[in-house]
Amino acid sequence: MKSTLIAFISGVVFALGLGIGGMTQPAKVIGFLDFTGNWDPSLAFVMLGAIGVHSLFYRMLRNRSSSRFSLAISLPTRKKIDFRLIGGSSLFGLGWGIAGFCPGPALTSLASGNFPVVIFSAGMIAGIVAFDLKEILSLRRKRAEDFSRGITQDM
Amino acid sequence: MENFTPVASLIGGILIGLSASAMLVFNGKIAGVSGIVGGLVIPKANDTLWRAAFVVGLLTGGFILRLLAPQAFEFGIVRSGGALALAGFMVGLGARVANGCTSGHGVCGISRFSPRSIVATVIFILAGAAGVYFVNHLLGGVI
Repeated sequence: MKSTLIAFISGVVFALGLGIGGMTQPAKVIGFLDFTGNWDPSLAFVMLGAIGVHSLFYRMLRNRSSSRFSLAISLPTRKKIDFRLIGGSSLFGLGWGIAGFCPGPALTSLASGNFPVVIFSAGMIAGIVAFDLKEILSLRRKRAEDFSRGITQDM
Repeated sequence: MENFTPVASLIGGILIGLSASAMLVFNGKIAGVSGIVGGLVIPKANDTLWRAAFVVGLLTGGFILRLLAPQAFEFGIVRSGGALALAGFMVGLGARVANGCTSGHGVCGISRFSPRSIVATVIFILAGAAGVYFVNHLLGGVI
């Protein structure tokens, strides 16, 4: 329960930070990425503030084996710089540059009710779901097979 | 550079850093938005509520901004529905394939000095700049 509350508050503060920092304004994001045009370096300051604060807290936490709520600390374990990382990042960056939104600001901006954000977010969620499509289909197939074998599932 | 907002952007960044730190220090989780949402697609036991709470928090923060600072949602550009949907799809799929987006790699990963996250963030910015160059300078801002 405590951790759910922290997640909710973190979400609120995260959204406020995105809004105050300028990340929810596509024109501003595009201004940051427009190196050959009218470059606006503001968003570098968002990264500077976020990384500055978070790297300090990460250093404090580094020697602990569990979180303050005694939960496991789940950090990414992948190390390899592979084609997936490079290809996925390229695809992401191109989309980010075309529309000026990344996932956090897009979801935050849904609250504005602006229709373009709704379209972008719908596309984004479709992309997120598409990534798991293989697993979704194999889960469905498995369920159908189990059903036809007459196995009742408590899922 | 008439729209340069270093102070507001720095304050916004500090808030994002505090939020990501609370997630890590209390919950032991990475505040990566695409990963948090991605984990909701195929829900796992005891791993869904915090994700949903974070997303509801984002939307709640959005509503607070809408009430107190609606200028935060100034769009400032014109994009066709098709371009928005396609760009959204690229952002969603690309983030999942790359195991993170601007928050997961750009903030959380770089703060851990993760080489993967540093590479990913550099590519985000380079590919983003390529996308902007394509739209603004080759297509004249119309897509």
